[in-house]
This record gives sequence, structure tokens and C-alpha cells, in this order.
Amino acid sequence: MSGALLSRLAGRLPLILGGAITACIIGTALVSQVWTPEAPTRMRFALKLKGPLAQGLLGTDHFGRDLTSMLMVGAWNSLSIAVLAVLLGAMAGTLLGVTAAARAGIIDGAIMRLCDILFAFPAVLSAIMLGALMGPGALTAVVAIGVFMIPVFARVTRSAAAQVWARDYVLAARAAGKGAARITLEHVLPNIAGQIIVQVTIQLGLAILTEAGLSFLGLGIAPPAPSWGRMLADAQTYLTAAPHLALVPGIAIALSVLGFNLLGDGLRDLIDPRRRLAA
Amino acid sequence: MSTPALLELCNVARDYPVGPTPLFGRRATLRALDGIDLKVPAGSIFGVVGESGSGKSTLARIVMALDRPTAGNVLFDGDDLFLLPPAALAARRRDFQMVFQDPYGSLDPRSRIGRTVAEPLHVVPDALRGAERAALVGEALESVGLKAADAARFPHEFSGGQRQRIAIARALITRPKLVVADEAVSALDLSVQAQVLNLLRSLRDRHGITVLFITHNLAVIDCVADHVAVMYRGRVVETGPAQAVFARPFHPYTQLLIAAEPSLERIGRGLRRTPSAPPSAQIEGGGCAFLARCPLASGRCAAEAPALRALEPGRASACHHAEALTEGASSLHFPT
Amino acid sequence: MMLEVRDLAIDIARPDAEPLRLVNDVSFRLAAGRTLGIVGESGSGKSMLLKALIGLLPGTIRATGSILFDGTDLLALGEAEMCRVRGRRIGMIFQEPMTALNPAQRIGDQIAEGIRWHRRVSAAEARAEALQWLERVRIPDARRRIDTYPHEMSGGQRQRVGIAIALAMRPDLLIADEPTTALDVTVQAEILDIFDELVSDLGVGLILVSHDLGVIGRIADETLVLYAGTRMEEGPTEAVLRHPRHPYTRGLLAAMPRRGGGVGAGGDLPTIPGTVPSLAALPPGCRFANRCGCVTEACRAAEPAWRTAADGRGLRCILGPEAAA
Repeated sequence: MSGALLSRLAGRLPLILGGAITACIIGTALVSQVWTPEAPTRMRFALKLKGPLAQGLLGTDHFGRDLTSMLMVGAWNSLSIAVLAVLLGAMAGTLLGVTAAARAGIIDGAIMRLCDILFAFPAVLSAIMLGALMGPGALTAVVAIGVFMIPVFARVTRSAAAQVWARDYVLAARAAGKGAARITLEHVLPNIAGQIIVQVTIQLGLAILTEAGLSFLGLGIAPPAPSWGRMLADAQTYLTAAPHLALVPGIAIALSVLGFNLLGDGLRDLIDPRRRLAA
Repeated sequence: MSTPALLELCNVARDYPVGPTPLFGRRATLRALDGIDLKVPAGSIFGVVGESGSGKSTLARIVMALDRPTAGNVLFDGDDLFLLPPAALAARRRDFQMVFQDPYGSLDPRSRIGRTVAEPLHVVPDALRGAERAALVGEALESVGLKAADAARFPHEFSGGQRQRIAIARALITRPKLVVADEAVSALDLSVQAQVLNLLRSLRDRHGITVLFITHNLAVIDCVADHVAVMYRGRVVETGPAQAVFARPFHPYTQLLIAAEPSLERIGRGLRRTPSAPPSAQIEGGGCAFLARCPLASGRCAAEAPALRALEPGRASACHHAEALTEGASSLHFPT
Repeated sequence: MMLEVRDLAIDIARPDAEPLRLVNDVSFRLAAGRTLGIVGESGSGKSMLLKALIGLLPGTIRATGSILFDGTDLLALGEAEMCRVRGRRIGMIFQEPMTALNPAQRIGDQIAEGIRWHRRVSAAEARAEALQWLERVRIPDARRRIDTYPHEMSGGQRQRVGIAIALAMRPDLLIADEPTTALDVTVQAEILDIFDELVSDLGVGLILVSHDLGVIGRIADETLVLYAGTRMEEGPTEAVLRHPRHPYTRGLLAAMPRRGGGVGAGGDLPTIPGTVPSLAALPPGCRFANRCGCVTEACRAAEPAWRTAADGRGLRCILGPEAAA
């Protein structure tokens, strides 16, 4: 009996673990908006480059700023950019995907070729180009990452929606005189929502990673607002003297990506009835 | 057929492009329907029987205006469906509804039954809302032997037979004149199949609904249909009153179908050898499509495609040698 | 006796409840060169029974009783030993032939592969034998078709190839699960002819599962009727179909639409009211009690035992064989 319980728990482990990690990160980000141990931008040169526990929980950087506070506010900044970017990518991508699935032929072909073209530009490249146009900043990061995600969502949505379009209940809706837009709203979207949600979680992890990369290159949110990517970039100079400067944001990034991916896998198992039966 | 026709197909053809698109020229086409002429009398169950590739499902889609014919006209209650402006066609949809083969695929798993059943009301301009609409849905569910309270449940809570009843309730909610049933009982267990067949017959008897019943199962047609059209590779090869056609078929293909059907009249191994030689190619220009399998084939059959012609009142066959069959030659000998 | 199934029961483990019994008290025998038809609607347990026969039950499902195949109990064999039985000694034919064929391999190679796996013959010999099997299952123009891929064939031809692959391993027992359900009636008739011929000529035993009583009548020597996970009636096919003893068998036969059945525009087709009960919520007593027209108080008291009549026919009904006469 306890064996069966254990195996069920093991089957749910990704969901539980991913959910816990994600909740911690979101919680930290939210708390940072009302309370941090120190002001994250306050420089205290007397206290610079202190190790963890020597000054505050995680130590200080080369300006004597409190690393714990930077990490907390960085979580908010990274997370909000990632969420906005994924929202942009998911909404535009889903719209393109369901349109492509509903309108076979020329429109479908055009949308998918557009996705191919977007796919050819990695987020970093589009961020550099956007940065040149609009100047670096949070908006540049959101747009660059979001545009990069559009084809990902468009493809997932199109193939899922095309499967729904092949079902008899869609034929029944057509026989009832409903148009493509209405069928998409009433039948297609509810039936593919699960797959889109799974994709959103997985892409959130990727977006955090990309945001860190952009900040590392100086293309993300403007200084002195802290971000995980810039914390990493700043840590380069002191890599041997104070390795914790790199380790702290590095572990935060890795943990959040892991958390979102586990949550995505767990949700997929929860939503897919075939996997649910097997579990 | 003295009763007026509710549905009339005149010389309907449908081509589908097949194979790859060539760089120049046009894609090859497959003729799924070829010169279909049918009159479906109002208030009857009209059976269409045929094997895979006979075009019977294409026929259903065209009658439901889900697909356009390449040529020909579909007259429903006097209106040519494909000449109607889109808004008028949408408004007419309340008069013809469809029941699909797969009771698992034809209900949206995420929609409650009540919403699914009410879906066809979409095109009814003075459609009821709120409580009155719910009452209408409940009435439709009760008319197929389910409970009004089932409207709040989801499809996965029902068995295959119950799902098919839900699909029928959906087809009935607009009080249609015609219901197209495409293999509507094929996926059901025997004991449930009979329940659904009885339900379809009661639609005709109690509400005067015309049913276009499409199936591969001769016995089912024989049990419920008033008239039958036998299709072979996109053409109608025989029409007539169902019982008469099966008792005394006037086309060699109908005979072949009857001979091939498993029957409880003949039990035991080693009793039969069935004619073989499956169809080889598609319909070529000229000639009878059944030529390769036909024991009556002659030179004329290869040269000239037989047209559907009346042989007895209400009965027609597309065979040059149909007279040989009408004169009581009981059974053909098929080459094996 | 080539195959003898005794007191087979199949249970599925449930995480938060007692194991659920999917199949209960099924026994039957099959001799070489004979055919057994199994009639079962959805929920009858036929798929579980077939999976148990070829040892492909999932891990959470356990079979008890015995399946004696030429004297060996298959339920006692390990997976490695069962692998040697499967395919070589027991062949399987599926409802949808495409699922059993490798789409990327020519059909001739698929048949030859089985032959060479089974016996030491050269590639040329195996190919020649593959050709013979294709001719045997009446693939027209077999010499040319041997090099085609499954997707180039019609459903009926694929099913013939599926039969040829199963037979090329020279099994003693062939299990066919609804092998003609996806096929046209004219093609179905030919496939049944092929089965008939193979059983007579090669002396293999055939178990054919179908929901179509016409198909059962055409091919089966003996018929076993399953309902909600147990056997209800068994006997020679002609006797069972012409003089059914169980109310369920009678109900099935009555509900079957027949040509010239004389129902016409008049009365309704007879039906079996209700639906198959869920195995998790079987009615007390006889499983068929709440759909049965002849139900008595005693039917609901306890499940009737399986009884064999003087003429050898088996029945699970409290009324006994006389009541039906």
C-alpha cells in the first residue's frame, strides 16, 4: 500500500518540485516589492566584497551592495520581463497558429514561412538590432524575447489546432453554420489550452535564461536596477577573489529554469490523459 | 415515388485533387462522385449503401453543404443549396442536420452536453435564450431517452450508445426536415445498435423527419430503410424500394454484396467461396466501373458506361444486362 | 488438446481499493485444425483475455488460473520464454493491419524476416517462401507486389499481408482480434475464406474474436459468448446461434438486423434494454440480471454457476438449458 503511494508520489514529483521552486521564486519577487534587507542600490564601500553570512545572508558585491536584496529585486525584474515576453509571444503565436490551422492554403503557408523567418533570428540578435533602434532597456528585452517566442507558440498551436479541426465535433459545428472564428473560440481553444499552458511554463524558463543573457550583454534593463544577468556580468572581474558573486545569481538562474521546466513537465503529465492513465 | 422529393441531387459530381502538384499543368483529380441523380422522398428513410471508395461519405458532406460539388445541383425543399447566398444557406441549415459515425469524436470533450446539443440553434434567428433554451435542450434529450439533467454533464460520462443519442438530440433540436446519418450505428455494440435504429425509425414515424441513412451494412438498410441507392465507385448503380432491391437485385454488384454479407442463414465452415478480384483502377473514360468483377460483362460494357435506367416502377439499375436479372435468373455465378 | 484455458481470472491492481476483477471464471479448449469464435461486446473482457493468451498483460494486471498450450502453462513462463512462444508458436492478427506492419519495409522482406528468424534458410529461399505465402493469401500479382510498401496497398490487402506474416512463422495457434471489422463486406468474405482454408489445410488452431454474429457463424466451429468479463454460453456454433440458451445470446441474435427479417415498416427491432454494467459496479447476483427479460428473484441472490449440460454445451444461467427450448 505504501509502495503504491510512493510510486504515485514519484509520478507527481516533477509537478510538486517544480511548483515549489516556482512558488519560491515568485514569492521572493513579490516580497522584494515591499521589503528587502537593504536598499538594493545602496553602496557601502566599507563593506565591499564580503562573503556570505559575513555581511547579510549572501554577502556584498564590489560596491558593497547587499547581494540578498539585489537577488530579490533581480528576481522581480527578470520574472516580469520573462512573463511579459512570454505573454507577447504566446498571444501573437497562438493567434497566428489558430489562424493558420483554420485557413488552410495560402494563409497557412504565409504564416508558417513568416515563422521560419522569425526562427532564423535568435533573441540575442534581434535584441542587438532592437537595441540599436530603441536603445537598451526593459522594453527592448521584452520585445526581443517575445518576438523570438512567437514562432514557437505558432507551431505548437497550429499542430494542436489542426488536430482539433480534423475532429467530427468541428464538422458538427460547421454543419450548425458556425464560422471559423467562432469555432476557434468555442471548440479549438478550449481543447488546446492545456498544451499552450504547458508551453508557457517551459518558455518562461527559457525567457529567464535569455533575459539573463541579454542583461549580461548589457541589452537588458537599465542600470542601476539589479538583474540576474548583470550581476553575473559584474561578477566576471572578481571571479577568483569573490566567486560567490557569480555563484549566487548563477544558481538562481539555474534553479528558476529547472523549476519552470519541471512544472511544465508535471503539467503535461497532468493534462495528457494517456500519461495520466499510465501513471 | 409519388410523394414530393425533399432532397434532389441532379447530376452531382465531385473531383478531388490527388498526388503532388506538378510544376506545370494541373494536379490529377480523382472523381469521388460521378453523375449522381437521386430523389429522396419527404418523410422516408432513404438508405445509401456502398463500400469504401464508393463516395457515400462525400455524398453526405455535399448534402450537408460542408463541401461543394464540382458540377451539378443539390435541391433541398426547392432551393438550390449552392446558389443560395451564404446568409440564406446558414439560415437553411436548421432544416438539415447530421449524425456522425464516431460517437467519441463527434462530441467536444470540453463542452457540457447542454451546450453541445444547443449548438445548431446558432442559426435559428429567434432562438430561445436562458431557461427556455434549457427547456428545449431537456426536451431534445428526453426525446432520445436521456434525462434533462444530463445537460450539465460531460461526454466522457456516457457510453458509446448514449453518446450517439446525444448526437441525435443535437440533430433534432432545430426540428429539422432532414437528418443525414453517416454510418451512425456502425461503431455501436449490437444490443445498442438496435436501440438507435429504432430511435431513427420513430423520428420518421412520429415526426415525419426524412433520414438519409448512409451505411455499408445491407442488413441495417433492409431493416430500417424505405428506399435504397446502391453506390459503386462514385456512381449510383441501383435504386428502388429497399426490401424489393435486396430480395431481387437488378445489378450484379448488388448481388455480389448480398452474397458476401455474413448471414445466419448459412452457418458453418467450408460452405462458400466468395468471388474475388478486387477493383483494379479508378473509373477510366467510358466503360462500366464494375466491369472487372462482373460475370455478365460483354463488349458493350467495356465501350459504354451504363446509365441508370428504369426497369420496373420505382426501380432502376445501371447495367446493360439488367434484363437478364429481372427475368428471374436467381443468382449469378461470380468468377473466383 | 492444443490449448486449454482453465479457470482464468484477470485482476487489475488499484491504488486505493481492492484489485478489480476484469475477467472471471473463463475456461475453454481448442484443438488443432479447429476454430473458436469469441463473441463479446465492449466491456466483455475479450481484449484482456487475448492479451493474457499471448502474455502481454500490463504490469499492474495479473492473471490467475492456467493457460495450457501443448501442456505448458503459459502463465508460469517468464518473459524470455514467452517471447519464444509469441510469434513462433502463437501468431496474432490485429483489427487494423497497418498497426502491425512496418511502414518502412517492403512487405516481402517483412514476411521473409519472420521465416529466417524461425528457421535457417537463405535469403533467396525465404523470399521464395514469402512469395508463396502472398499467393496463399490471394494477393493478386504477388510476384510484383512483393516489393511494395504497406501504404501502397488497400486495407484488405494489408490484412492479407498481416495474415501472411503471422503464418510464415508457422504458428500452431492463430489469434485474430476483429480481423475483418475495418474491411468492406466483399473483402471480409474473402479474408474469412482464407482463414477457413488455412485452418483446414495447415491444421492451425484459430481463435477469432468478433462482435458480428454473422462472421462467427461463418468461421467458428465452437462459440464462446462473453459478457461483462465472464462466459455466459458455449457450444458448437450452429447450436448456439440456432438454439441459443442464454437470454443474453438470444437478445443479441434478436437485436441483429437481418436482411429480409420482415421487420419492414412495422414493429421495432427487439433490443436489450440498458447498457453493459461497469465492472466496478456489477449488479448483485447474475451480471445480466438488470437487462434480462427472464429475471427472477433468485437471479439477484447469487451469480449462477457455470454448468455443462448433457450434450456438452455450457451455460451460466439459473434457468438451465430447458427454459430456452
